[in-house]
Amino acid sequence: MAHHAHEPEVTVLPPDKAKIKKLWTVALYLLLITIVEFIIAFTVPHEYKQLRVWVFVALTIVKAAYIVGEFMHLRYEVKVLFWSILIPTIFIIWMIVAFVYEGIKMPVFY
Amino acid sequence: MAHSTATTVTGKSVWDGGTSPMGASYGKLMMWFFLLSDAFTFSGLLITYGLVRSSHQAYEGLVSAFTFSTEYWPVPEKVFEAVPFLHGYELPLVFVGIMTFILIMSSVTMVLAVEAGHRMDRKAVEKWMLWTIIGGVTFLSCQAWEWTHFIVGTGTPTLVKDFVDGQWITKEVYGANLHINQYGPQPFADFFFFITGFHGFHVFSGVLLNFLIYYNTVTGVYERRGHYEMVEKVGLYWHFVDLVWVFVFTFFYLV
Repeated sequence: MAHHAHEPEVTVLPPDKAKIKKLWTVALYLLLITIVEFIIAFTVPHEYKQLRVWVFVALTIVKAAYIVGEFMHLRYEVKVLFWSILIPTIFIIWMIVAFVYEGIKMPVFY
Repeated sequence: MAHSTATTVTGKSVWDGGTSPMGASYGKLMMWFFLLSDAFTFSGLLITYGLVRSSHQAYEGLVSAFTFSTEYWPVPEKVFEAVPFLHGYELPLVFVGIMTFILIMSSVTMVLAVEAGHRMDRKAVEKWMLWTIIGGVTFLSCQAWEWTHFIVGTGTPTLVKDFVDGQWITKEVYGANLHINQYGPQPFADFFFFITGFHGFHVFSGVLLNFLIYYNTVTGVYERRGHYEMVEKVGLYWHFVDLVWVFVFTFFYLV
């Protein structure tokens, strides 16, 4: 290109090996947890419905924490930002409570 | 973080101006708050799914003896057991597992693109953005196949009651749509289309945004700007799409 002189000087830094290794480790955890979920889905009998559901929910929350904390970097943000995002999610808990309450009062479909 | 501890006058709060108290730019902050609101939308869908499901009859018998009926809610692993090119094999949840793997991997490549952006490494950003786009397109293709399979149906039909010309008739039904459903009660199909569809639409817009970022990286927009923060913002959105899938996977396919 003719206007080479206008191109900015860019200093490319070397890859942050430790950080990249950490990211791949998190990915490995996510995959391992998913594999554990699969193993539970096909080894724990459906009769243990409650147990299955609670284990799945717990593992899902662990996965969510890894994605939001590490991939979305929220764990390393300023505390005000961290809590501004996390605290409003209690409304989701409220939503579950409210819907379950409505659900109990609702006529059955079948 | 360096910029959060910047020039604060003694005795004055960080909220008195001159600094960004949350240590994030306006754009990044608004992306976070948008994602928070989007999380409520998806929660609404998933909680409604749980509510409607629990108000229907559950399947009580042995899972191995399960057959489709509109009398009870289906066992998800019996609905989603098909894999492309392996017609006739019962491979419960294998295809969904592959889709989950693809989405997690594309999340990793996205975060590697963000890391490369911090180092102003244009070539690496291009490489990882391209991998992320490929991951997104692959996921969408998988979903297209899954939807097709769900709509067209399995080899064996289910007897379903339908209201035609003012009277109830029983007919053989293959597959499902928003009007009739061979796998179970009608809301099961409706929720499948709405929840995976709404998520799929997020993936689709994510791929478009990723492509935009890739294009701007290649043409050197961010290099001239001096930072790759746009990669970070779109990265947040892309990880959120992965996050939602984690919940959809658990509540729609596993439980």
